[in-house]
Amino acid sequence: MSTYNRRSVLKAGAAFAGASAIGFPAIVSAQADAIKIGHLTPLTGFLGALGAYAQLGIKMAEEEINKAGGVMGRPLAVTSEDSVNPATAATKAQRMLDQDGVAFLMGEINSASALTIMQVAARNKKFFMQIGARSDALRGKNCNRYTFHVDIPSAVMVNAVGKALVRDNMMKGKKFYTLTADYLFGHDLASSAKRFFAANGGNLVADELIATDVNDFSPYLLKIRQARPDVVCSNLAGNQVTNLIKQYSEFGLPFPIVGFNLNTADAWAAGEGNLSGTWPTVWYHTLDLPASKTFVDNFTKRYGKPPENHAWIEYISLKMMAQAMNEIKSTDTEQFIAYFEKETQFDILKARKAYFRPWDHQLMQEAYPFTVKVKGQAKDKWDFLSLGGAVPGSDESLEVLAMTKEQNPCTL
Amino acid sequence: MQIVFLLEQVVNGLVLGGYYLLIALGLSLIFSVGGVVNLAHGAFYALGAYVSLEITRYLGFGPAMALSPIAVAMLGILFEKYFLRRFYDADPILSLLVTFGLAMIAEQLIRIVWGAAPLSATMPAALKGPVIIGDFLFSRYRLLLLAVVAAVLLGVWLLLHKTAFGRVVRAGIQKPDMVAALGIRLQPYMTAVVMLGVGMAAMAGGFFAPITIVHPAMGAEIITVAFVVVVIGGLGSFWGVVLAALLVGVVRGITIHFVPAAGEASIYALMFLVLLFRPRGLLGERIEKFE
Repeated sequence: MSTYNRRSVLKAGAAFAGASAIGFPAIVSAQADAIKIGHLTPLTGFLGALGAYAQLGIKMAEEEINKAGGVMGRPLAVTSEDSVNPATAATKAQRMLDQDGVAFLMGEINSASALTIMQVAARNKKFFMQIGARSDALRGKNCNRYTFHVDIPSAVMVNAVGKALVRDNMMKGKKFYTLTADYLFGHDLASSAKRFFAANGGNLVADELIATDVNDFSPYLLKIRQARPDVVCSNLAGNQVTNLIKQYSEFGLPFPIVGFNLNTADAWAAGEGNLSGTWPTVWYHTLDLPASKTFVDNFTKRYGKPPENHAWIEYISLKMMAQAMNEIKSTDTEQFIAYFEKETQFDILKARKAYFRPWDHQLMQEAYPFTVKVKGQAKDKWDFLSLGGAVPGSDESLEVLAMTKEQNPCTL
Repeated sequence: MQIVFLLEQVVNGLVLGGYYLLIALGLSLIFSVGGVVNLAHGAFYALGAYVSLEITRYLGFGPAMALSPIAVAMLGILFEKYFLRRFYDADPILSLLVTFGLAMIAEQLIRIVWGAAPLSATMPAALKGPVIIGDFLFSRYRLLLLAVVAAVLLGVWLLLHKTAFGRVVRAGIQKPDMVAALGIRLQPYMTAVVMLGVGMAAMAGGFFAPITIVHPAMGAEIITVAFVVVVIGGLGSFWGVVLAALLVGVVRGITIHFVPAAGEASIYALMFLVLLFRPRGLLGERIEKFE
């Protein structure tokens, strides 16, 4: 009976009492206070620069919402971390749900990391707003009912640029040489591209897989020169696109180069005079609409540089979540899903309002092809891209560029 | 025609090998003399790129390429004095940990100072564009880079083999105890070797900046390849590192010609083969203090 010495029992008791006095009320008061949101985005590696913009965007939305009184009278508290790689992203997402007590998850740019976070969301039956990853597979064969996708998927980007190429007589009967990033997103982009070429008479002569750590493209450029294609086409991502277009201009190859994915931060990094061709984007800061301009002005005042498309998309994503919470008066996962699935319209600072498609949880929105301004026309170092008209056109359904039910294997 | 294409890849690989060489040679020198694997070497490469970008803004491209390595070499003095010096005789794991930590700190500092977004360095318009010789296509800029590497290589070789300084350094690699017994302090020589090594890394960073982009993690990206080159070449061997750098460039080019997806893996496969059949590296010498 006396194996427990009195003193240690006392200590344990005191510790327990202390914990209940200090620890538990702390948790309760935290619940009454801020609504915690877990945010993951890559801050290192080939997508790190985009993630840095993503953080600025969501932070600005958080500040604006909190300044206006928060949501349901409670402030938002966004915890934002580097997702590092798919395995770490999943571990962090799980920790945010278990230990930090976040109400739901947001973020990502890397398609492979987005996939592992989606699995965590499904396992824990928690809501995940997947903001910046563009792989078709995420809203296709890997889709799940707990995840909603904001950014345009690869199929839309391919269709947006592809249509511009068809219009410019650069598709039918032309020989295409593609360079594809060797991971989930690149493969997706390549298969969308192949589908588009096949349907529109483009002729794919070679498709090279490029590891994501390649930064010297010279051997590939020599192969392209030997193959003599009509159009070179990039299915790369992140700063690899920048490296490719810089070196393409360094080697002075004569074939026109286009691409199905380019984020504006990577275009800016290439610098004026290196970039050419036609590319897709989901948003650009020169978009000529009052709401968009106000956002750009505020962002530029706050951070001293214009917002990149990942800053914009994070900003509108948190605004959509705030709108949802204000209307359903809850942070419950099932209520979120029901709210978004009923095709609620959202103002995303574009000409047309956007909505989530209920059967694959993809946000339907306008996209834009862009080309490069003639040298000397740019007002500053961020201004050398020339935005084309929105696609789909204002008389078309927002869904014409997206995968149809027959093409998309998603079942929720 | 096939053989011409292949030859073109070989020549291009040699050019790229020259760039690897700038980074790997310093890494090898510092290891050979001090016995320290400098995992922070990539940080100096990145700093070289950022500093050259800043100098270009005020003085233009040429002065930036010359001044940036010198500025970073000065930083190398502090690095040697306050960090490396304490670890020459210590367990190698300690210097590994310290330099690894420093590399991470340097990367974050760069992120704080210059931001996470990649910066753009542009080459002078006069150096941009192709040079076509017969069937071969070269980048004019990379040919210039190759000439610079050849000049630096010649300079370092002369320094190590034709001067009193070089004799002490080479003796220090083989028999540090004997050098000490002769009353020569290796300390100042080590400082000079570190300056030389990190200066070369900075030079590589500066010259490569206009080809790729300048971003905080660029140092971490290059250190692995540099390390592979040193291991393949063999420790302590000047020509071993030269041979390995060129070989790595060529093997990568040829692999990409036939199996593009395996391009980056090929250099690790090469290292595996070399270690399997010749663990000392291609031209590695037997170094007593490491046996």
